[in-house]
Formats: sequence, C-alpha cells, structure tokens
Amino acid sequence: MQTHYDAKDFAALLEKFANGIAASVIVEQPFNVVGIRTRGELLAQRLLPMLAARGAKQVGHGTLDITLYRDDLSELGPRAIVHPTELDIEIDKRPLVLVDDVLYTGRTARAALDALADFGRPSIVRLAVFVDRGGRELPIHPDAAALRINLPAVQQVKVKMLERDGEDGIDVMQRI
Amino acid sequence: MSAWTHKHLLSLEALSAEEITFVLDTAVGFKEVSTRSVKKVPALRGKVIVNAFFEDSTRTRMSFSLAAQRLSADVLDFSGSGSSVSKGETLIDTARNIEAMGVDVMVVRHSAAGAAETLAKHLSCSIVNAGDGAHEHPTQGLLDLYTMRERFGRIEGLKVAIVGDIGNSRVARSNLWGLKKLGAEVIFVGPPTLVPKTFEKLGAKVVHDFDSIIGQVDVINMLRVQNERMKSAQFPTVREFTSLFGLTSDRFARCKKDVFVMHPGPMNRGVEIQSDIADGASSGILKQVENGLAVRMAVLYLVSRV
Amino acid sequence: MPTLLIQNGTILDPSTNTQEKLDLLIENGRITQRAAGYQPATKPDQIIDAVGKLVAPGLIDVHVHFREPGDEEEETIASGAAAAVAGGFTTVCVMPNTKPAIDNAAQIEFVLRESERLGLCNVLPTGSITKHRDGSELAEMADMHRRGAVAFTDDGAGVNDVSVMRKAFQYIKMFDGLVMQHCEDEKLAGGAMHAGVVSTSLGLPGLPAEAEQLMIARDVLLNRTIGCRYHVQHISTAFSVELIRRAKKDGLPVTAEVAPHHLLLTDEDCRGYDTNFKMNPPLRTAVDVAACIQGVVDGTIDILATDHAPHRAEEKELEFAKAPNGIIGLEGAMALYAQALVTPGHITWMKLIDLMSTAPAKLIRSTRGTLQVGRAADITIIDPDVSWTIDKTQFKSKSRNCPFHGRQVKGRATHTIVNGRVVWAL
Repeated sequence: MQTHYDAKDFAALLEKFANGIAASVIVEQPFNVVGIRTRGELLAQRLLPMLAARGAKQVGHGTLDITLYRDDLSELGPRAIVHPTELDIEIDKRPLVLVDDVLYTGRTARAALDALADFGRPSIVRLAVFVDRGGRELPIHPDAAALRINLPAVQQVKVKMLERDGEDGIDVMQRI
Repeated sequence: MSAWTHKHLLSLEALSAEEITFVLDTAVGFKEVSTRSVKKVPALRGKVIVNAFFEDSTRTRMSFSLAAQRLSADVLDFSGSGSSVSKGETLIDTARNIEAMGVDVMVVRHSAAGAAETLAKHLSCSIVNAGDGAHEHPTQGLLDLYTMRERFGRIEGLKVAIVGDIGNSRVARSNLWGLKKLGAEVIFVGPPTLVPKTFEKLGAKVVHDFDSIIGQVDVINMLRVQNERMKSAQFPTVREFTSLFGLTSDRFARCKKDVFVMHPGPMNRGVEIQSDIADGASSGILKQVENGLAVRMAVLYLVSRV
Repeated sequence: MPTLLIQNGTILDPSTNTQEKLDLLIENGRITQRAAGYQPATKPDQIIDAVGKLVAPGLIDVHVHFREPGDEEEETIASGAAAAVAGGFTTVCVMPNTKPAIDNAAQIEFVLRESERLGLCNVLPTGSITKHRDGSELAEMADMHRRGAVAFTDDGAGVNDVSVMRKAFQYIKMFDGLVMQHCEDEKLAGGAMHAGVVSTSLGLPGLPAEAEQLMIARDVLLNRTIGCRYHVQHISTAFSVELIRRAKKDGLPVTAEVAPHHLLLTDEDCRGYDTNFKMNPPLRTAVDVAACIQGVVDGTIDILATDHAPHRAEEKELEFAKAPNGIIGLEGAMALYAQALVTPGHITWMKLIDLMSTAPAKLIRSTRGTLQVGRAADITIIDPDVSWTIDKTQFKSKSRNCPFHGRQVKGRATHTIVNGRVVWAL
C-alpha cells in the first residue's frame, strides 16, 4: 500500500476531488462550500476556483469550527482555542457542501451537521472528504472522496497543505 | 501556548501573559456565537454551573447565567441573603452543600477577599472568582482587556488610567495585573486616601493630579464612587471628588482625540462621569457588557474540562 | 517526696551565668545539691542521665490564653498546662480575656486553685485592668494583686482611653504592680493583616504599624512621671523596637516581649489566605522581623513569649477577614526560637534560656528561673541537637491553629520538672 503521496499526487487527487464535488450538486445553481477548520477550510479555498472552472456560477463560502459540538468534549485533554465560525452566507434553501480533509469515525461530520442546524436549513448537505480512511462509528458516508483507503485503527492519515504545513501531500503513518 | 490547564480562575495575578492572551483569543470564538440567530452551542451540555453569589450583583450574575446557558449547561442560582449564611453556617459548609448536588463549576461572588481561593482549596469542583472583596474580579479584568484589544488591536504600549476608589477596588487590581502582564502602562488616579502609594510596588504609577496625565492616556477607566467611603472620611464630599477626579466635559476636551472611556458599572452619572461622555462615541461601556458575555463563556468553557 | 538526681548534663543557668557539667540533686521539690560528679550518700529514687543535654531553669511563658472559663472547647487550663509542659514550660501566665474576664479576686483564685489541682505547671493568673475588660472603669486590681495576680492587662485589646490608662498607671504603681499592654490604637485597628504591599495586593483591610507604635509612644509618655512597671506585649514592628530602645535609654521601667511568629514569618505568608497566619499583631515585613531580632540581640526586647491563642478549627475556617486572630505556640516555641535566634548565631543557648526563663521570672517577680541551691526545682532538660517535625496532630492543646505544622526544627525538651516532679518526659 502506498504510504506517501507527494505534491504531484496531491494535485491530481485535488482535481478528482473537484470533479466529485461538482458532480454532487447542480453547479449552475447557487450552492455553498463550507470548510471544517482547519484543513477543510484550506481545501475549500483551493476548491473555489476549481469549481468555478467546472461551471459553478454562484458559490458561497464559509468556515465552520465544530469544537463546541463535539460529543467527546469532556474526554478531551486540556482545552484548545475555539475559533469563530464564519458563515456570512445565505444558508437556507440551497445545497451546501461540507468539506473536510479526513473522514474517520464520522463524529466530526455529525458535529458539523449539528452546528449547521444552528445556522439554518440547507436544501441538501453533501459531505466531501479528501481522504476516506474507513473505520466509521456512525452511519455517515461521503458523497465525494478523492482517496479511499481502509486503514486499521493503529494507523493515521495526515493531510499536509502548503499554506499550513509548507508542502502538499498525504502521509499514512503509525498512530503516535 | 496551545492549551488551557487551569481548573479554576481565581485571579489574573496568577496567570501568565500567554494564558491571559489564550483566554482572550478563545473569547473571540465565543463572541461569534452571540451573533448567530441560534445563540447556543452544546459544549457544556449536561454540566451543572452554580452562580453562588454571597454578595449582591445583578449584572455579573446575569452575564454568567447567560454565558452558561449559551453553552447549554444547567444553571443554578444561589444568593447569600436569606440563605443558610445568615443562620451561622460557614462559607465552606454552605459551598460544600451546594457542591454535593453535583456541581461542575461554581461561580463565586463574595464580599471577603480570598473567598474563591479558600473554596478552591476545600471543594473539588472548578471555581470561577466573580469578585472577592477588594481582591480581584478576573472576568471583569479580562473583559476590559478584551474590549481594549478590540478597540486598539493591542494592549502592549497602551497607557491606561484607572480613576477613583482604587484601594477598595477588585476591578482595579485585576486590570492592573492583566494590563501589566500584557505590556500596558497602568496609572492609578485618585486621592491618597483611596489610592495608597503601596500600589507603586505592585507596578502601577500612582497619580493624585488627574489633569497632569489626562492628555497622555489612551484609555480612561472610571470606577464607581461609593458614598459609604465618604462616610468613612476617605474623601470629603462628592462635589469635591467630582471637581478633582470626575470625567467632566472640560477634562474630556483635553483628552487624546481617540481616547477610549470605560466604566465597569454601575455608573453614577454626573459624579465620576458626565452623562454625554458615557453615552458618546468614545465610550466603550456597552461594549464591555457585550464582551463580558463572550469572555465568561470562554472562561466557563475552559475551566470545565474535568 | 521522691528524690531525683540529674547527672551528666550541662547546666545552663543565666542567673549565675553558669555553663558547666554539674549534677543536680532534688529533694522535697527543691534543688539541694549542685556539684560536679555528685555522689549521693543514699541512692536517689530516680536518676535522669542528661548526657549531651542542657539542664536549664524551667521555661516561663508570660503570655498564654487558656480560654477557661468560657471557651473550654478551645482550651482549658488542664489542656493548656499539658501543652505547656510538653513544650518544656514550667510556668505560664494566663491572660484575663476569658468569658467572663478575670477581673476580680475570686477569678484569680479560681485559676490558682485549678493550677494546684492539676499539678502540671505553675499557671499564674493576670487580671484585667478594667472591669469586664471593657476599657472604662478600673478593676479591683489591688485585691487581685494581693491574691496572686502577677500582672494587669486588657490583652486582646489595649486600654485606649488615655484618662483610664493614666489612672491605671497611677493605681498599679501604688502596689508596685506590673502593666502588660496589648498595644493597639483602636481607631487604627480593624485590619485583617499588616497594612502594606501584600495587603494591598490581597485586597485585605490593613492594620498599620502605627496602631502599635502610637500606643507604645503614648504609654511611655503617660508613664514618664508615674514610673509604673510597664511591659509591652507581643512587639511586632521595627519602630516599636526603637521606641522601647529610646525609653530604656531614658531610664524608664519598660520591658518588651516578642513571639516566635514575629521572628520567623512575614506578611508574605498571608498569601493564600490561610487563616493560621492571621494573628494580632499581624505578621509584619522582613524589615520588622530583622528589627525584632536585633532588639533581642541588643537587649531591647527582654523576653520571649508565645501568645498561645487557641481557636476551634471551624472558627479558623472562616473567610480571612472574619476569622479570629491568634495561633497556638507552646509546643513548638523553644525550637522555633532556637531556629530564629540560636541557629543563625544571633544569640547563644545561654541567652535563649535567659529570655525564656530567668528574665520572665524577674519580670513577674518569681523566685524561679534559676538553678540555685535552695530554689524550687523547676527544670527543663533540653536536647539541643534533636531534629523533629512540628506535628499539630500530636499537640496536647485542644486546638490546631498552628502555622508551623510540618516545619522541620531542632531542639526539644526531653524532661519537664516542676517542683521536683517529672511532669513530662519525651
């Protein structure tokens, strides 16, 4: 199994990701792309021009911080900073694509759905994840995924992005 | 710094500059929650927060209550008057009894300095100090810092005058620690009977002539003048106090153009602060109240980890 | 009465300035022989081998609170006396701020009777200067003096009314009695700790040093032409020491005492709001501590006294500003004084025994505080080198309000002998 994807692989996967997302909505009609902090947000920003190139006309963009909606808050270690959610867009009655880097247990996606419900009522919510690594604990499935691999719990996936990590890439490694 | 590690919030004196900044940064996230149409997050669902107010305070208690409710915690209110406190039970007894109901966080307001710290030693829940005597009022200090940072984009290098009954003020002390740690200059202004020189040893500049510094400061934080201090002969009359230390329009005219006026409330309009200044464009007083909510949400969220 | 021989110890007797290996024979409650390598004709009933130890005249504490009558759940004369002998004390003077106050001869006799009944240490009463200790009318002090009150004080408070104090000096001078004053101006009182940087930081009401200094200065002035014997209790500030120093220089009959906590702790210890660090006078600054130590060294301060002040745990559990003043001191006092004064080299053991026995005896005009032949056999045998930890759970006192709990100290009484009887042995 491939354990390292370099910038070139990443670029190809991102194209595939954009294709998948474009296919999950009617691109000619208005829809929103909302990234989950931190790398989902970065991916969403990269996707905006790519979606435009695929015919999207009117794409709203927002960022979701799901920390306060996690169901494992009390088991987590010391508190990390909570960042604001930025959703200055019309949410109601239009499709919304939720973007995240990795889909694992599904709990982040569930928290994101809870958070979204506090902001409005999209007509459709699509889940787009860059890497689906398997191991779901909830009945949640992605509508678009660039890479699907099935990893045992002892392994983890790290999506790296230029803006934050200095390079684009994906690493599969042993959980530390 | 990447995470918060304190179980209690008792004072700003005990926090580092990084920790104070961490709370302020966290509060930014919580301020956004208050802008939503559904102003509530499930972060503290199932947690029990008690407002144990052994001393009267409507505003601080409301702010903490709302903050807790917006985090989806269950909120209980306890007030000292008419409770077992008047029946001779000690503070620690009373607090232990409240805690036994399964409390996760106790927000404590008490007229005695050290009350919150004492409870932190004797109880196992988290304690948030909502004001202990003349000692500290850390969430007020934090919301003042937040409001100044929001206005100026920084704390470092600001010159902040705090005016009035400093000696008896927990707000002044929390502001002093917070501002000094984040690199601001703190000037305490008032008569020597209300502003003892010992504050210089704690890092404040002590000034008895308001007019001598009025044109140099970025922030003026006016404290409430309390009539009972006059009765204990700490100043002769309200009239004389106002003429020497009140923020009058004459003084205001000599302030920096972008001076920021603050007041922890409740105000004595016409005594320490003239009405039109309090309500004017330079005033951050309502911002303070608004930010207080975000800061208290952040604090409750941070201390309620375990 | 059984005979007792104390052999192989080093006698420390400030009354004769003796420091040498001498044996002591005790018969009928008195010291009958004092000689090197003493060989008794008949075998004594009891022999204490004091090798490596100091044999000193019994320690005297002129300032303790035993709370009886009135607050017996805090301390009784019995529990206080037990604590005293465990700390090496053979004589203590109890303060009259009981409930009711010791302000008449019947109360004086009650203390003396109780002391005799217990047979532990000599518990000597002081009487209050004013009736009910309320500062307004003189109590029957001559009567109390005649029945055995060793001094007069309204301790817990000073006599604030100048006119009353002036009359008190005049009246007590009549029978050459002793005034012990708790020096605190009531108008400046009411603080919870020393007024200074720490109280400013903690937001606690401060008790200024001037409250103590004002009353010392006033009393020295008032008493100047009267000349009554005047003793300042629990001195705590640098300028108080200076005031005493000047009064002594002027030849006035002034003495002063200092408590262990005022030699070892400062107002910095109040951080954390632990009420076991709350007492009156309050813990002062490091400058004041240094001045008190200097006062002991140069003889300005004559006497060491604990101000043993028991309080129930639940009272001390109150908020700092509301909790009562006072800490207990008898059981750790000697080791704490040694730590403050002897270990750093400020004074010798001989001087320490003078401050804790001979000088206090002189103050209250007791014939004790000496190891001379013919005197009552009140003796404290001290192991000066034994290290131990102060443990409040082991105290004989009924109370536990001690800020020194857990502190490592050196030096401990191994035997306390009162009137020839071993009343306590380690």
